[in-house]
Amino acid sequence: MGKYKAKIGLEMHCEISETKTKVFSSAKNEYSDEANSNIRPVDMAFPGVLPVVNKEAVRMALMASMALNCKQPEYMYFERKNYYYPDLPKGYQLTQETKPIPVGIYGEVTFECEGEEKKVRINNLHLEEDAASLDHYDDFSTIDYNRAGVPLLELVTEPDISSAAEAVAFLEHMRSVYQYLGISEADSKKGQVRCDVNVSIMDANLDENDPQNWGTKIEVKNVNSFGGVRDAINYEIKRQTKLKENNEYANMEQQTRRWDEESGTTIYMRSKVDAIDYKYFVEPNIPKFKLSKKWLDEIKSSLPRLAYKRKKDYIEKYNLSDYDASILVKQKDISDYFEKTVSLGCDAKQVANWTNGMILSYLNSAEMSINDFFLKPEMLKQLIDLINSKTISTKQGKEVFAKVLEKEKSPEEIVKSEGMMQITDTSEIDTIIDEVINENPSQVAAYDPERPKILDYFIGQIMKKTRGKANPSVASKLMKEKLDKIKQA
Amino acid sequence: MKYMNKSIEELHDMLIKGEVTSQDLIKESLEMSHKIQDECNAFVTILDDAKETPVTDSLLSGIPCGLKDNYSTKDILSTGSSNTLKDYVPFFDATAVSKLKEAGAVFVNKTVMDEFGMGGTGTTGHTGTVLNPWDKTRMTAGSSAGSAAAVAAGVYPYATGSDTGDSIRKPAAYCGIVGYKPTYGMISRYGLFPFASSLDHLGVLTRNVKDAAIVVDAMKGLDKNDMTSWDSTNIHLKESLDGNVKGKKLCYVKEIVDLSNYENPSPELKEHIANFMKTVELCKSLGIEVEEVSVDKTLLNASAAVYVVISCAEATSNMSNLTGIIFGPRGKGDNYIEMMKDHRTKGFSPLIKRRFVIGSYVLQSQNQERYFRNAQRVRRLLVDAWKDLFKKYDGVILPVGSGPAKHLDGSKDILDKDTVVLEEHLQIGNFGGFPSITIPNGFVSKLPVGVNITGNCYDDANVLNIAYALEEAMDYKNQIAKEV
Repeated sequence: MGKYKAKIGLEMHCEISETKTKVFSSAKNEYSDEANSNIRPVDMAFPGVLPVVNKEAVRMALMASMALNCKQPEYMYFERKNYYYPDLPKGYQLTQETKPIPVGIYGEVTFECEGEEKKVRINNLHLEEDAASLDHYDDFSTIDYNRAGVPLLELVTEPDISSAAEAVAFLEHMRSVYQYLGISEADSKKGQVRCDVNVSIMDANLDENDPQNWGTKIEVKNVNSFGGVRDAINYEIKRQTKLKENNEYANMEQQTRRWDEESGTTIYMRSKVDAIDYKYFVEPNIPKFKLSKKWLDEIKSSLPRLAYKRKKDYIEKYNLSDYDASILVKQKDISDYFEKTVSLGCDAKQVANWTNGMILSYLNSAEMSINDFFLKPEMLKQLIDLINSKTISTKQGKEVFAKVLEKEKSPEEIVKSEGMMQITDTSEIDTIIDEVINENPSQVAAYDPERPKILDYFIGQIMKKTRGKANPSVASKLMKEKLDKIKQA
Repeated sequence: MKYMNKSIEELHDMLIKGEVTSQDLIKESLEMSHKIQDECNAFVTILDDAKETPVTDSLLSGIPCGLKDNYSTKDILSTGSSNTLKDYVPFFDATAVSKLKEAGAVFVNKTVMDEFGMGGTGTTGHTGTVLNPWDKTRMTAGSSAGSAAAVAAGVYPYATGSDTGDSIRKPAAYCGIVGYKPTYGMISRYGLFPFASSLDHLGVLTRNVKDAAIVVDAMKGLDKNDMTSWDSTNIHLKESLDGNVKGKKLCYVKEIVDLSNYENPSPELKEHIANFMKTVELCKSLGIEVEEVSVDKTLLNASAAVYVVISCAEATSNMSNLTGIIFGPRGKGDNYIEMMKDHRTKGFSPLIKRRFVIGSYVLQSQNQERYFRNAQRVRRLLVDAWKDLFKKYDGVILPVGSGPAKHLDGSKDILDKDTVVLEEHLQIGNFGGFPSITIPNGFVSKLPVGVNITGNCYDDANVLNIAYALEEAMDYKNQIAKEV
């Protein structure tokens, strides 16, 4: 960039995937490959149907609003955004404009980008309904109404982002927030996340706090992957920089463009002057309803700690490395598993090692969710305790881990049934030592307390007799004492 | 006609006693339907295969009735009297229809209306003009035109209607019958083809007040499919009719009723107002206190404009689902925009298109504040003015319209500037969602005229009871249209 700096704002649409039903209809909110299987008359706007607000969708939207540090409204309203398109059977979309205020306004999000802490201001967050999906063929189009009416959160940021990398880091952060809140899978492969990107560039030497110095805003619509967001921003910065260099920038009008994945370019759609007037007005079929303080408080107290906060805790409280902490918080279920085990009284470092090592590699290779994982936190605690008490060795611990998953029995049961209990009882070991001494008179004779290397031979014999169950340090200590005594005698 | 001129209770009594069967009633009602169809063009569909229902304790069981054609009826053509839905057969019932079915009602026809309820003349339905059974050169008014004509002609004791401005209460007056729209949300709107959602009410047309109470008792109720519906289980309209109105208070608005408000009042208008004042005196003789009150004339004069702005704005959005893509006749064109355009251009009447243009205009971002938002503010002022009256009075009593039914020629749905307040004041009942009932109160030029009583929200039982007592004191209860 050098001479110029970019100002980037994002509009992130994310479906709320975790409600049972759609936002204004009783049809199932479920991803389905079978077209038009999750629909009710409301979703297709048959004459006389009416919207009914899904309270659970509102609750989840409010969770998101709180997690983004937004201000929540006193009353909930929905508005009609009127336009004709076949993906919108009513001829309008139920959404929330900023007047009256939507589910959240004026928030702030802190996230990390390449090791640096960044902040993005949130202009607003609103709850709306998704539209149907269209597929266009040469001489016909198909419409799938499964997606019509799925609850959708639209997040609008201020233009506080300065690079493609930052934009992607922000989106990844938001995906994690939605996942941690348990409101969305936020899976762009399922089309759950879609973005519009606003990009402008300005001279780097000017004060960016003065909007007069800002460049001309270009909106890029329909960017449906994080990679696409990165490429679209980089493309636009390059395109706009070139216009600056060629002295054509001043002639560029404010416009909306479309991201074309295939060519990796943005394509002109319409200028600001052709902007659509959506004729917003308040949906009369949904009476405004007051959000009680009690309900808002309940929601607030139900908010889970988010990844960013957890990672900080892991590093500060548990002395985990940045790397370990990052891996643990990547998925909420894993982080929950880790925290549960620690809360049972285990050492965090040990739990982290097990979780990030054996457990994650097992889950990855088995393509399994930790929720379906047989070895629950209680069992991980058993395993760690068995090792810490020297009942089994660390090496045995790994065997036990494998056996637990194979036989679906608890670590204690496995250790017992497999006879893996270490022998730490001195009298039992004493008896075995006596046997070994009696059976190896020449080696006993060769023993020299100054050069105790031959001791390893005796330990080997003890292990052989106990099939490795004797605690090696106990056995070694007792053996030495006994041999020293024989030598002195 | 042996049965269909009778009241619901009389018919129910005969059914219970076995003096007549549901089948007999249906047969007569269908015969009457065909006769009135020939004479007045009142129906979109006559259900010749209507089946009898078992006679139960339900007062409506076994008795025929009509449904306005904007009620969604499963497996029965429902057009809203519009070409855009000329072949539309819904696969679900409106909640009110389900409730009537549960009560054992028998549907014998679907009645003609002004297209989607947008019109007050009964002349804009896609099947043609509905004629007034009292005088076939006159209109029924609308939009519940076919329902009013049929009930007045004695096709059945009741038909359902819908009312966005006065669409039940005006045609009731012109046809000499009772028209009642209860408090907003008392009857679920689920399955009613919308005109203007914040003003739309379901209701009924009957020949006496008790029948209106009986039918709405069956139709009303909280509905999980309509967020604006409310629980009225503790309201029993029919049971609360005791005719005891001593000490009740009504008022009428000077700026609407006083002849001095009108330049060169026509003889009909003079007669209509004089007849109204007679009704006021009758109320007083029943022990009802009636007082004249004054309401800001500028505010009253704004009512019609407020109605046009709000109803057209909501309508243009509500009817955006009519694209011919999912249902309705598919338009021709090379792309979806041309297809929608073709469907809508051919489907809607010019009157509706004019209203869509107005609705779009007042919602445009540069106009919204000046028109739509101001209309909402004035709506609030009008509602507050009426609510103020309800602090002191049980209801507002006013004449309906400026006289009897108007002649069909020259009825272009254009308002006569001079009497606009008299013609349009019933809209205030829709602005506030107030319970409002029209009953016949006499004749002007040998044609029936009506009087309206409007009360406060949720006070339906009180409003109906006053109308019930007044009806008893007059001679127009259960009247059947006689050609003049």
